[in-house]
Amino acid sequence: MDRCAALRRACLLLAGLLLCSACATLAAIEPREFAESADQARYEALIEELRCLVCQNESLAESNADLAADLRAEVAGQILAGRSDAQIVDYLTARYGDFVLYRPPFKPVTWALWLGPLALLLMGSFVVWRTARTAGGSEALTEAEQQRLRTLLDEEDSR
Amino acid sequence: MTRFLLPLVVLAGLVALLAVGLRLDPAHVPSPLIGQPLPDFETGLVQGEGRLDAQTLRARGPLLLNVWASWCAACRDEHPLLMELAPHLPIYGLNWKDEQAAARSWLGRFGDPYRASLHDPGGRIGIDLGVYGVPETFLVDAQGVIRYKHVGPLTGAVLEREILPRWRALTQASAS
Repeated sequence: MDRCAALRRACLLLAGLLLCSACATLAAIEPREFAESADQARYEALIEELRCLVCQNESLAESNADLAADLRAEVAGQILAGRSDAQIVDYLTARYGDFVLYRPPFKPVTWALWLGPLALLLMGSFVVWRTARTAGGSEALTEAEQQRLRTLLDEEDSR
Repeated sequence: MTRFLLPLVVLAGLVALLAVGLRLDPAHVPSPLIGQPLPDFETGLVQGEGRLDAQTLRARGPLLLNVWASWCAACRDEHPLLMELAPHLPIYGLNWKDEQAAARSWLGRFGDPYRASLHDPGGRIGIDLGVYGVPETFLVDAQGVIRYKHVGPLTGAVLEREILPRWRALTQASAS
């Protein structure tokens, strides 16, 4: 009975902690409501795709850095001013470079980034294919090997 | 022997790749503004009633533009170096996301190395300059074009290796 209660308490505590962390994520950025739901969707998609420069492993949507808040306000302001997604992205890349994009454009400096995984996959497939082929072991014995096998068997018989 | 050769080559390649990777600074953001003219702005100054616009500042190059704030601890670290530099080359400040009173008292306490400090409380000029952390230092040439940007506090080594050689090249170019 006691153990049951303790377990229940532990579960409650865990649930509470999970809830807290969920709240913390929600509270990280300021809420922003647009009159048009299309604008709202564009805003949320854009800040999800843009990278925070201060905490570089977070998007603008996740980061509670001061600069991220400024850039979110900038994105929102430009959406309300009627600028297109491409114009907003151009505005930010002109100042911060491709670095702000979680999906950098395909160009010579990013070839390795985009094609690297594919190249590694091809190399891996080649290694697997070659290993599988040599380990298949369907080859017949050579003449010399058959000769050796025969002598071994003959020795066995004569013993 | 040869069966170890390929894995060894692959391992060596991987080690080389990781060694290079470890030396790179992931926080370094290459600025697309290098080679571009100083972006437009028009703003008040931290000290005094004057105002300054980009056109005027561009004409005053070559110069250093140092982005700072009174709340920035690393700015405090590089400050003595700026004080030392100030008599020798023109340094302008961009007081980024700061309160004027706090900025003024900071300069009063530690000294003012700037010919003028642009006041940018909202961080608008900072965004146009691609500022993402203070301190940052821009080297602007006689044509008002940004030639180099250093992110983080200036140190003697950075000055010696990155800033001063470029500075000398710029001043020689503008003198001839």
